[in-house]
Amino acid sequence: MTFDATTAYRLHDRVALRPEPFGALAYHYGNRRLNFLRAPELVALVESLDGHDSVRAAFDAAEIDQRRWPSFEKALASLAASDFLVTA
Amino acid sequence: MTDMGIRESRPDNLVLSPVKQSGLGDQMKRGLDAPICLTWELTYACNLQCVHCLSSSGRRDPRELSTAEAEAVIDELQRMQVFYINIGGGEPTIRPDFWHLVEYAVDHDVGVKFSTNGSRIDADVAAKLAEMDYVDVQISIDGSDAETNDHVRGEGSFATAVQAMEHLHDAGFGEFKISVVMTRHNIPQVDEFKAMADHYGAQLRLTRFRPSGRGADSWHELHPTDQQQRELYQWLLDRPDVLTGDSFFHLSALGEALPGLNLCGAGRVVCLIDPLGDVYACPFVLHDEFLAGSVRDEGGFQKVWQESDLFLELREPQSAGACASCGHFDACQGGCMAAKFFTGIPLDGPDPECVLGHGEPLVEAADRQARPVGADHSRSAPVAFLGRK
Repeated sequence: MTFDATTAYRLHDRVALRPEPFGALAYHYGNRRLNFLRAPELVALVESLDGHDSVRAAFDAAEIDQRRWPSFEKALASLAASDFLVTA
Repeated sequence: MTDMGIRESRPDNLVLSPVKQSGLGDQMKRGLDAPICLTWELTYACNLQCVHCLSSSGRRDPRELSTAEAEAVIDELQRMQVFYINIGGGEPTIRPDFWHLVEYAVDHDVGVKFSTNGSRIDADVAAKLAEMDYVDVQISIDGSDAETNDHVRGEGSFATAVQAMEHLHDAGFGEFKISVVMTRHNIPQVDEFKAMADHYGAQLRLTRFRPSGRGADSWHELHPTDQQQRELYQWLLDRPDVLTGDSFFHLSALGEALPGLNLCGAGRVVCLIDPLGDVYACPFVLHDEFLAGSVRDEGGFQKVWQESDLFLELREPQSAGACASCGHFDACQGGCMAAKFFTGIPLDGPDPECVLGHGEPLVEAADRQARPVGADHSRSAPVAFLGRK
């Protein structure tokens, strides 16, 4: 399924985030994969997704500069592709 | 703009994409708040006496952690969010509380992969394992036939391991792992190992042989030739689905980097807890020089990981030493600390198996009598293989 930033996503129930100096380490207990979230803003954003109707609404709320949206969307799409994010 | 590129990986191979491009390597070098790859040897007891055993296992040590102490370690790992651990030994299933500790870990969000010679994996155990979530099994073999394998692992050990694989397969366990230490005798068999893994629906894992433990004694007979290293490098490049535990990074000096972290993770992302609770920088350096502390110390494992002098030192930029003038240093990072240490090469010298040939003369020149040796838990006399039926 392709990533759609106009819909709502949230972290998979079986994903845990461990804070690290570079951002966070994400582990999926279901598929036993690791991901490195390499920006503190990305970690905060991922954690905030659940409260918003769409990914872009979460960008707005986090006051992320529109010029940076594509790189955030790319990172989130990659997380969704490995099932770390699921549609809410 | 910051590159937020997500780097995904499987626990066995830390990073699938080349780290050099991501900058993640630099962050790894500075260390993490908790390890990613934690190996925990539960006991030095073993029914085998493999000639390359990195921990010289054989006899149980009476000072090994009690069940309650082991549970306390798991509680701490849960608090630190160590998501999974690699359990080994010795033969870990020999511990009477082994299955209890595995269940205890899983119930506390600490997934388990355990390494075994297969002697305790009968049909019932395989069926039980197939029902458990978050438990991975790794069967060790060192040859694709009994002759090659048993030469290293002892008579009857190949048949036992294959029987365990059959049981896991029949029980519908799914994708277990077959783990092989690469030696001069079995590198010609890599295709057979792959076929065996495919036959069982298993994942193949090939790791590097180090001169650690009894491996120091068998090193000269078993370590791969230069030509074999080159063949293995190409074979691995062509098969990114084969796991390597990131252990062949010294081969990256041959050209394109192999998938993985491509640096020594000791004390940075990797460490080892031994059966007594002593914490070492990596599984291959069971020696006082690389002892960081003990889980029995005040502050426990967390304090050792985050504050021990040894680990903080390992997270500092390391000197390229004798390799500074070599154009391949960025690729191989000087190779494996353990391999150098136990062959008598200075830690800032080249890897004994440096693909450019810089290590070999130093190994030859090193005084074999003066080489460091770790603790020996070998049984005094060889015993018959106990797992045979």
